[in-house]
Amino acid sequence: MNFRRFTALLGSVVGATLIVMVAFLGIYAWPAIRFNGWHFLTQNNWNLGNLYANPITIRGQQILPAAHYGILFLIAGTLLSTAIAISLAVPVGVGAAIFLAEGTPPMLRSWVSLFVELLAAIPSVVYGLWGYVVVIPFLSHRVYPWMAKYLGFIPFLGGHAGSGYGLLTCGLVLTLMIVPLITATLRDALVSQGASRREAAVALGASRFETVWTVLLPEVRRVLIGSSILATGRALGETMAVLMISGNAVNYLPHNIYAPISTMASFIVSQLDSALTDPTGMAVRALAEVALALCLISILVNGLARVLLYYQDRHSLGV
Amino acid sequence: MATTATEICAPDRRARRGSLLRRRLFDLVGWGSSALALLLLGGAMLWILGVVFLRGLSALSPTILTHVTEGYGGGLLNAIEGTAVLALGGVVLAAVPGLAAGIYLAEFDAGRLAPFIRFLADVLVGVPSIVIGYFGYVTLVVDLGWKFSVAAGSIALAIISLPYICRTTEMALRQVPRALRESAYALGAGDARVVLGICLPTALPGILTGILLAVAISVGETAPLLYTAGWSNYLWTGHLTNEPIGYLTYAIWAFITEPFSSAHALAYAAALLVTLFVLIISILSRTILEGWRRRSPWERPAL
Repeated sequence: MNFRRFTALLGSVVGATLIVMVAFLGIYAWPAIRFNGWHFLTQNNWNLGNLYANPITIRGQQILPAAHYGILFLIAGTLLSTAIAISLAVPVGVGAAIFLAEGTPPMLRSWVSLFVELLAAIPSVVYGLWGYVVVIPFLSHRVYPWMAKYLGFIPFLGGHAGSGYGLLTCGLVLTLMIVPLITATLRDALVSQGASRREAAVALGASRFETVWTVLLPEVRRVLIGSSILATGRALGETMAVLMISGNAVNYLPHNIYAPISTMASFIVSQLDSALTDPTGMAVRALAEVALALCLISILVNGLARVLLYYQDRHSLGV
Repeated sequence: MATTATEICAPDRRARRGSLLRRRLFDLVGWGSSALALLLLGGAMLWILGVVFLRGLSALSPTILTHVTEGYGGGLLNAIEGTAVLALGGVVLAAVPGLAAGIYLAEFDAGRLAPFIRFLADVLVGVPSIVIGYFGYVTLVVDLGWKFSVAAGSIALAIISLPYICRTTEMALRQVPRALRESAYALGAGDARVVLGICLPTALPGILTGILLAVAISVGETAPLLYTAGWSNYLWTGHLTNEPIGYLTYAIWAFITEPFSSAHALAYAAALLVTLFVLIISILSRTILEGWRRRSPWERPAL
């Protein structure tokens, strides 16, 4: 075997890992997939059933009586917290990238970017700690009651301001975790834009900000879309921080923006211990189905982002 | 005086002054809000670092570094050791396939498998770590019967490290000048000798950076270890399977929710140690990566 084949064979491990992972999760979750059907995604009733009764057989699967596995509340929690995070992260990320690329002197730029983009390096569980210890008391005592009182006329912002554990807190912390992904990529793309376009815009009388806003930003929109999708992927799968600040609600759809939620990723951690008490093992398999669904969603989201970013790289190379 | 395009298009002076004002305002709002966005991020970073460092430093003591955990107090020696064992184990497992994949992608770009490996590696980066942890749980811990163990935890971390090592290796090798390869081939060297004897040593600093980055990521991970490595109050006795092991990130998560100040001290100290380590490695590796980017901006990795 020649060297090239050898590296190809060994290197395939990287690609094969993903395929094996999806396959094994699929095989393990298959009884749960058979039992749950589409109700898994459309119903809101995660219930391990009567743990003290004898297992019964439904659709060829052994389960506990009254067991149901519907994760609509997880899908809602995951999508809503990600939606809040991404809708805040895009404007903040774009603004910071513009200021870093165009408003900061080059000498200072690398230091300021480093400082801000290290937000991405801080481990998820440290965000969780920060959120749990200082952010939640701050938000629940000072910010949320004020928001509920004065901004309550806006739908979903009124009502009970809650305990601080919940949807908006998750959205805010997730925003900080994903903003650096957008800022770093976009700043790079803006800095690497050629001088000719800038000069052309300035020659037409555009101010510096107008140059950025009307000429450079449209040029890099594919990078922005690509990195935003990557950031979405990260927010969808964030586990520890969300676990510590979301309130871990079960079978509960949030009625306002302060309400406790659970996401697919955090639910896997918070529920495995109780799932293990199910003697039929169906609850653990249903959690595997949650993991499989999350894995497939992230593959879809990341695949889309990569395709877009590859295309932009080729495009900017003039290929 | 020559007539300018603006004068022809907008002869009304008042309208022009209005549009100029509008443009000034647009500029002001634009710069103002982008500066605000940057300040927001910087402020949040300072807040997080402030909490972690202030509380961590006041919690840190020699006892914490030299004793094992006892109930909700004691020290973190077992967790420090466990984090080191798991992270190194993961990187050792991931190094060979990761390097091989990186070499294949950089040197044999035209290979039929190259686009698939690159795409799958890039997608693997984005797979949530809890999914990798749960995969480890159902396959290694349950099906193979390894129980919570160093082996299961290390393999979970290895899966997370793989794509990072692969992509940084590829990038480091792409920085090696083409002429170097061509001269080696011209002297009659084969593929293996050119890559292993010439390119790999030249690219070594970059490859080591990637591996270091993978260690930093492994040290900061929690979710993939919760149900593969478990937790233990004792020092590791050297068994690869059937023996759970402690790690720092678990101490942060588990001890901060306990109602004891000794437990909180452990959590803050663990957070300080993890954050400090991760930040130092990230700054180091970023400085090196930044250097390359400046040299060849078109060969950016999609990391």
